[in-house]
Amino acid sequence: MSYSAPKFKEKYGNFINGKFQDPIDGAYFENHSPVDNKVLAKYPRSNEKDVNNAIEAANNAKHEWGKTSASERAAILHKIADVIQENLETFAQMETADNGKAIRETMNADVPLAIDHFRYFAAAIRAEEGSATELNENTLSLIINEPLGVVAQIIPWNFPLLMLAWKVAPALASGNCIVLKPAEQTPASATFLAEKIADLLPPGVFNVIHGFGPEAGKPLASSPNVDKVAFTGETTTGQLIMQYASKNLHPVTMELGGKSPNVFFNSIMDHDDAFLDKCIEGAVLFAFNQGEVCTAPSRILIQEDIYDEFIKRVIERTKAIKMGNPFEESTMMGAQASSDQHQKILEYIKIGKDEGAEVLAGGGAAKLDGDLGNGFYIQPTILKGHNKMRVFQEEIFGPVVAVCTFKDEAEAIEIANDTMYGLGAGVWTRDAHQLYQIPRAIKAGRVWVNCYHDYPAHAPFGGYKKSGFGRENHLMMLNHYRQSKNMLISYDKNKLGFF
Amino acid sequence: MDYKRVEITPEANKLLQELKQQHGEVIFHQSGGCCDGSTPMLLPKEDFYIDDNDILLGEVGGVNFYMSRDQFEYWKHTHLTVDIVKGRGGSFSLDIPTGYRFLIKSRMLNEEENKNLNP
Repeated sequence: MSYSAPKFKEKYGNFINGKFQDPIDGAYFENHSPVDNKVLAKYPRSNEKDVNNAIEAANNAKHEWGKTSASERAAILHKIADVIQENLETFAQMETADNGKAIRETMNADVPLAIDHFRYFAAAIRAEEGSATELNENTLSLIINEPLGVVAQIIPWNFPLLMLAWKVAPALASGNCIVLKPAEQTPASATFLAEKIADLLPPGVFNVIHGFGPEAGKPLASSPNVDKVAFTGETTTGQLIMQYASKNLHPVTMELGGKSPNVFFNSIMDHDDAFLDKCIEGAVLFAFNQGEVCTAPSRILIQEDIYDEFIKRVIERTKAIKMGNPFEESTMMGAQASSDQHQKILEYIKIGKDEGAEVLAGGGAAKLDGDLGNGFYIQPTILKGHNKMRVFQEEIFGPVVAVCTFKDEAEAIEIANDTMYGLGAGVWTRDAHQLYQIPRAIKAGRVWVNCYHDYPAHAPFGGYKKSGFGRENHLMMLNHYRQSKNMLISYDKNKLGFF
Repeated sequence: MDYKRVEITPEANKLLQELKQQHGEVIFHQSGGCCDGSTPMLLPKEDFYIDDNDILLGEVGGVNFYMSRDQFEYWKHTHLTVDIVKGRGGSFSLDIPTGYRFLIKSRMLNEEENKNLNP
C-alpha cells in the first residue's frame, strides 16, 4: 500500500493563547520535505516579540490551569490521545513528509507511542498521591505536589510528534502551561496537533512557537518568565541553555544523545533459533529511523570467537534493507531529515575510511529514481574498526554503525564505557549471569537486555555522562515538572521554650 | 612551518565574515551528541562560557575555534576544515537563518603534522 503527503496550507501561524497568530514581524520560512526536497508549507520565523507573547499567554493561564483537578486534566489528556488516534493516518503521513522516515515506522511506532504517552500520564496522575507523615505525635508533614508554572520545551526533529508527547504529556499532566518550540526542520505535526486540540485546552495552556534557534529558541530559553527549560539536542546548545538557565536559577533537563554500544556475547550463537534471529535484527536496528535516534545502537561489539559467523548474517540482513519511497509501506528505510545531515553523514563515512575502517556494507549515498533523486538518502553502512576511531566516538545520526570485537566480559565493559556518552546500550546473551552483571556495569541510563529500541511510556529514559540528566517517560517524570510543597504542621500547644 | 588543526574554505569564510558583520565578535564551538550535534556552532562570543574544559584548536577567519577537552581527545589526530552546505541545521548557531550550515570536513593529520601538533 502507498500513502502520500497530506495537504498543507500555504502557511501557518504560531499557536498562542488558543489561536493561530501571524508572526509580528511577518517573516516566514519554507519547510522542505526531505523525501523529494519540495516545499511543504511556510512557518513563522518568530522572534523575541512572538516568544514573549506566548510566554505571557502561558503565565496568564497558569493560575487557573494549575488549580484544575487531576481528573479534569486526565480527561483532557485522554481526549488529546483520542484526537491523535482519530487522525493517526494523517499524523503518520505528515511525519513521513516532514521528517523523511518510512511510513511503516510512523504508522506503527511514532504515532501509536505518542497516543499511549498521553494515556499513560492521564492514568498516572489519577493513581498517584502526595504524602502525609506523622514525624512525631505532634508534628505532621504533608507533601503536596504543585506545578512549576510555565515550562519551555525545545524538541528535536527525529521523532517530531513523539518527542512532543514525551515532553508535553507529563508537563500538562502535572498542571503546567507550555511554550513549545518544535525543531525548524519539522514544524508540521506540532502545528496540526495545536489545530486539532485548540478547543480542548484553555487558551494559553499550550503554545507553539516556530522559528530558528538563535532568534526564537534563545529568547525562550533565557526568559526569566518561564520556570523550567527542557531540551533535547546537542551538547553545545545544551551547555548554552544551562548557562541561560543559570542566570535565572531555573531548573533544566537535558537529553543530549549518545553513542550507544550494542554488545553481543558468544552464547547467542549456541543455537540457530528464533532468538539468534532476534539478535541479528537487534544489530541491524542501527538503521531504524535512518539512524536518527539519540539511542541508536551505533557501536556493535561482538565477542571475537563468533565475529565471523555473526557479522556475516548481520551484513546479509543489512543488505536486505529495502530503501525507497518513504510513503510505500514496504520501504524499510527512508530519507535523512535534511541536506546538511545528509552531507554530515557522508563526511563521517569518509573520515571513517581515512582512519582505516573497513566498509562491510554500504559506504555512500543512495541514489533513488525520479523525484526521490532530490531527496537525502544514505545506504545502510557498516564500518569495521576500533573504538578510538572518530566514527566510534561521535554521534553520526545516520544509518552508519561501527563494529569492533572484544575478547571477554572485561574488555566488552571497557569498550562499552569508553565514550563521552551514556544514554542507551544493548546486551545480548543466553548467559543468566551476564544478563544482569553486564548491564549493571555499563554506564548508561537505559540498557536493553535481549531487545533494543523499545520505548514504553512507563520505563524511565535518560542519560549518564554527557548524554544529559533528568529523565523522560515514567511516573517519575511528573516530578521533573513540579515542586514539592511541604507543609509542616504542629499540633503541640506548648512553645519551644527558647524565647 | 606553521601547522594547523583547523582551516576554513573561502565559501565558508565569506559567510563567516558576513555573520561577523551582523553579530560582532563570535566563536565556533564544535558540538557533539544528538540531532544537530557533531557540527560547529557559531555563537556570540560573550554568550558561551569558555574555560579550561575547552581546547582552542586555532583561529579561522579571525574567529576562535573551540572544542570540549574530552571530545578533543578523540579528535586530535584529525585535521578539520570548516565548510558550508545548503540546509537548515537546528540549534542556536548563528548560521541557521542564512539557509547555509557550517560543516566540518575532516582528514587524518599526516605524520609531520601529527609530530608537531601532538608531540
